[in-house]
Amino acid sequence: MSTFVSQFKTQATEKSGDLRLRQFIRTSLRGYEIARDRRKGAFQNWESARQAAAETKWEAVNHLDTHLESLVAKLEARGTKVHWASTGEQAREIIAQILRDKKARLIIKSKAMTSEEIHLNHALEKEGFTVIESDLGEFIVQLRHEAPYHIVFPSMHLTRDDIRDLFQKELGNAPSNTPEDLTMVARRVMRQKYLTADVGFTGANFAIAETGMISITENEGNARLTAALPKTMITLLGIEKVLPRFSDLALFLPMLATAGAGQPMTCYNTMYSGPRQPGECDGPEEWHVILLDNRRTELLADAEQRDALHCIRCGACLNVCPIFRNVGGHTYGTTYSGPVGSVITPHLRGLQEWKHLSNASSLCGACTEACPVKIDLHHHLLQNRRNASAAEPAFFERLAYQIFGIVANEPKFWWLAKKLGWLTQPLHGAVKGSAIDPAKAWTKTRDLPPMPKETFKDWWRNRK
Amino acid sequence: MSERENILGRIREALKVPAPLPGLPQFSAAVPADRKPAPPSAREWLPSVGASMAEQFDLFARNAADLKADFQLFASRNELKTALLKLRDTEKWSRLASHGGNLTDFACKTLGLPVMLTDRGYDVQEMEKCDAGISECDALIAQTGGVAMTNRSAGGRALSVLPPHHVVLARREQLVGDLPAAFELLQQKYGADYPSMISFITGPSRTGDIERILVLGAHGPKKLTIFAV
Repeated sequence: MSTFVSQFKTQATEKSGDLRLRQFIRTSLRGYEIARDRRKGAFQNWESARQAAAETKWEAVNHLDTHLESLVAKLEARGTKVHWASTGEQAREIIAQILRDKKARLIIKSKAMTSEEIHLNHALEKEGFTVIESDLGEFIVQLRHEAPYHIVFPSMHLTRDDIRDLFQKELGNAPSNTPEDLTMVARRVMRQKYLTADVGFTGANFAIAETGMISITENEGNARLTAALPKTMITLLGIEKVLPRFSDLALFLPMLATAGAGQPMTCYNTMYSGPRQPGECDGPEEWHVILLDNRRTELLADAEQRDALHCIRCGACLNVCPIFRNVGGHTYGTTYSGPVGSVITPHLRGLQEWKHLSNASSLCGACTEACPVKIDLHHHLLQNRRNASAAEPAFFERLAYQIFGIVANEPKFWWLAKKLGWLTQPLHGAVKGSAIDPAKAWTKTRDLPPMPKETFKDWWRNRK
Repeated sequence: MSERENILGRIREALKVPAPLPGLPQFSAAVPADRKPAPPSAREWLPSVGASMAEQFDLFARNAADLKADFQLFASRNELKTALLKLRDTEKWSRLASHGGNLTDFACKTLGLPVMLTDRGYDVQEMEKCDAGISECDALIAQTGGVAMTNRSAGGRALSVLPPHHVVLARREQLVGDLPAAFELLQQKYGADYPSMISFITGPSRTGDIERILVLGAHGPKKLTIFAV
C-alpha cells in the first residue's frame, strides 16, 4: 500500500471518529447551505445560469491557446511582464529570481491556491525571504505550519479558542476569544507589514482574454492592499483561469460568490490590467504575471474529463460532499481536496499513486449538482477508477469477480454458496471485525442481517 | 524552444481531440471544436431588479443594508452637506484623504478639515493616519447594493481600502440596474483605455474566517457609507 493510501486511511479513521470536529464542521456548513440556497433562490434562473457558465468555460478551455495569446498580448501592451512556467519548479525559480533582482526581503501574499500547489512559501523561506499570508484564514494556518483545510475557508476546522491560544503563543497578543477581537489583532499586525513589504503576491480568479485583465475576488480587502502598496506585484495563475470576454464577469462574479459562500457578490472583485500607468497616482511600478501549466495540459488532453479545467475553485463541491464533511480537508493530503481534488489530483500528480481518491466518494452526485459550471464530477471519479484498473488491474479483485461470475452463472454453485452462507454465518460471529476476519474491512463497522432459513426459491416451491 | 511555445504546443496538441459540450447527454457524439455557444445574456438569469428608478433605489437600499453599508439618497446638496457634517461630528474625524472631483471637492470644502489629496501622488503613512477616505465612483448597482469604481474615478488604488471608513459620493443618475449594465457602462466609458484597476466594492471589508462569524473591517474599511445626491 502506498504511503498516500495509508496516510488517507489512517487520517480518515481518526477524523471521522472525532465527533466534536464533525459536529463543528457540520454546523458551519449548514449555515453555508442556508445562505447559498437563499442566494440561489434570488436568481431568476439558476439552472440556465449554470448552463451558460458551463458553456462559457467550455469555450474558454477549448480555445485556450488563442485566448492565452490574446490575454498575454494585451497584458504586455500595458507594461506587464508575463512569464510562462511548465512546472512548479520553474514557477518557483521565476518568482525567486524576481525577488533576488528586487533585493526583496518581505513578501506579503493574498490568497493563492496555485502557490500552495507549487509549495511556494517553503521554497522562498528556504532562500531567506520572509513571506506573510494576509488573508486571515491563511494567516492562521500559516502560524500553525499547516496547509489550508478548505480551498475557500482555510481555517474552518479551528475554534475561536484554538485561534486565541495560537495568537497568544505566536503573537503574544490575544485580548479575548471573540472573532471580532482576534480579527483586529490580525488587522493590526498586517497593517505594519503592508507598509513595509517590498513585494505583493496574489493569485487570480479569472483572466480576461478580450481585455487582458486579471480578476481577483476577496472579502477582506487584503488583495486590494497587496496590489496597491508594494512597489512590485507578482501574480501566479493556472492557465485554465481564462474567460473570453470582460462582460462574462457579470455572470461569473455573482455565481462564484453564491456557490462559494452564499453571498450575492464577494466584497471586492477587482480587475487589474497593468502596473501603475502614466498619470495614475499609485500602484506597483512593476507587475509580473506567471502562467502556470504544472500538468494542466495533461488534463486538457483527456477530452472526457477536460471539463474539470472549468473549475472556478468555489469550493461548493467540498461543502456538500459527505466524505469531505466527515474525513476533513487535511486527510486528502492534496492541495485541492473534496470531489474536485479527487478528480484532478490523479491527473496532476499521478493516477496510480492517487487512484484511492476516486473511491473517496459515495457517488451520490451532490458535488455535480452543486457545481456552478456543471463539471460532471462523480462520473469523472468513475472514469478515474476505470482508467486506473485498466492500466494496472488489481489481481485479487479480478480473481474475486471471476469466481463470482462462475458461481452466479451456475445454479448448482449458487445454491451451494447460499447453503454455505447459511451454515457459516453463525461461525462468523465469533471472529467478526477481528484481525482474522476475512471480510474485516467491511464488517468492523457494519452488521449483515442474518440470512433467512428459507430461500425465496424454496418458499416459492413450497407455497400452498 | 521557449516555455511559451512548449505550453502552447501542448495545448494545441491536446485540443486536437474535441470535448463534448457541457449539458449534453453523456455519450452523444462529440461536437466539433469550432462550434461556439452563443454568448450568455446574463440579465435573464441574474436576480431581478425592477424597472423604474424608484424601485431600483429601493432595491439598492435593501441590498446595501444587508451588507451593513450605510446608504442615503438626498434631494439636494444641502441635505448632503448636513449629512456629511453630522458624520464628521459623530465619528470625530480630524483628517481626511480624498481626490479631486466635483462631489469630493464639495465635500472637502463642506467638512473644513485637513485633507490629503491623492491626485499627484501621496505618502502612504500619511494616508494610514486619515480617519476616512472620500471618493467618487462610476456606478451604483441596484442588483448587488455595491459600487463600481476605478483608480481613475476614485483617487487611486489605496484610497478606498486603507482608511478605516470609506465614504462614496455618487450622483443619482449613476445608478444602474444590474451587473451586465455596469459592465456595459465601464466598456463604453473606458473601452479604448481601461484604468489599471477596476473594483466592484460590495459592502465594507469583511471576514468569516473564525467560526464563519461575520466580522467587519478585516483589512479594508470597517465602515462603508454611500451618499447619492
